[in-house]
Amino acid sequence: MKKVVVIGSLGVIVYYLLSAFVAIPFGADIIKGVKEFYLQKSPDDLKVANVVTSIVVNFRGFDTLGEVTVLFLASTALGSILYHRRSQHSGLNPQRTSVEASAIVQTGAKIIFPFTVILGAYIFIHGHLTPGGGFQGGAIIATGFLLMLISYRKFFIKHNALTWIEAIAGSTFVILGLFGLIYAKNHDFLENFLPAGKLNDLLSGGIIGIIYIAVGFKVGAEITGILDTLLTVKETGLDPEEN
Amino acid sequence: MTNIEIILTIVSLVLLIIAGFFAVLKKDLIHAVVATSVISLVLSLMFYLLQAPDVALTEAAIGIALSTIIFIITVRNTKRFEDK
Repeated sequence: MKKVVVIGSLGVIVYYLLSAFVAIPFGADIIKGVKEFYLQKSPDDLKVANVVTSIVVNFRGFDTLGEVTVLFLASTALGSILYHRRSQHSGLNPQRTSVEASAIVQTGAKIIFPFTVILGAYIFIHGHLTPGGGFQGGAIIATGFLLMLISYRKFFIKHNALTWIEAIAGSTFVILGLFGLIYAKNHDFLENFLPAGKLNDLLSGGIIGIIYIAVGFKVGAEITGILDTLLTVKETGLDPEEN
Repeated sequence: MTNIEIILTIVSLVLLIIAGFFAVLKKDLIHAVVATSVISLVLSLMFYLLQAPDVALTEAAIGIALSTIIFIITVRNTKRFEDK
């Protein structure tokens, strides 16, 4: 009975999808109008040099907010599941599951770590000028923290600080969007209300710079939190390789 | 595309296929994870050649470093060798 229901509903979905796709002429240039609009409006009116960023934050800002929310939910769910399992015994003393790295790895990690963080910060600060943006910069910063986490057993991250960074960055995104409702020209959510500036300047593009800095901090904090949760147990004796 | 770019694209496509076969066929799962990481590395080069530097940066940071370490943590906490 269950199988019949599943197959029937799948058949209905496939029928409607196919009938929708048949209506689209094969090989036709259906995205022509939108492409021209984006390519002209981004540098001319909004003064954003990187058109991809302009599409992601200006024209599809609400989608970006959704992506940030998805990442936030994933990190929260993972943290809650793992924290519940590991806090059953009352051990409060955090232990890294990895073994101690060699001196070469430790020294190399210590040298590379600040440069990785600076590269990530550069990428999300210049999101509207050069390729990359908040997500990429945040992921690169998390990579730097990952290097330190797997090299040093005593390198611990304060989860309170991560929580505050996430909260402030996420609220900045939403509050900027709400300001758009009040101050922008068309009174839309996430519309640009700051002066656009000059093309190729660091302070150009209006709210894109601020939003991408917020997204960079948020993504970096979330992925670092996920990795720290995965690599650290709250008690000894859980990991088979623990000495 | 210039000649060098076409040659690089063909070489990376061949590398992608080889690394994909390794990732599927290797019985040692750590080796399979490293092969997956190689796929991401070559794919990132491919994205850069096809003029998508934004996607290349994402693939480099997430595909090479973060998803690899998550797979390695998973393999360490479960079994290292696939069943015959």
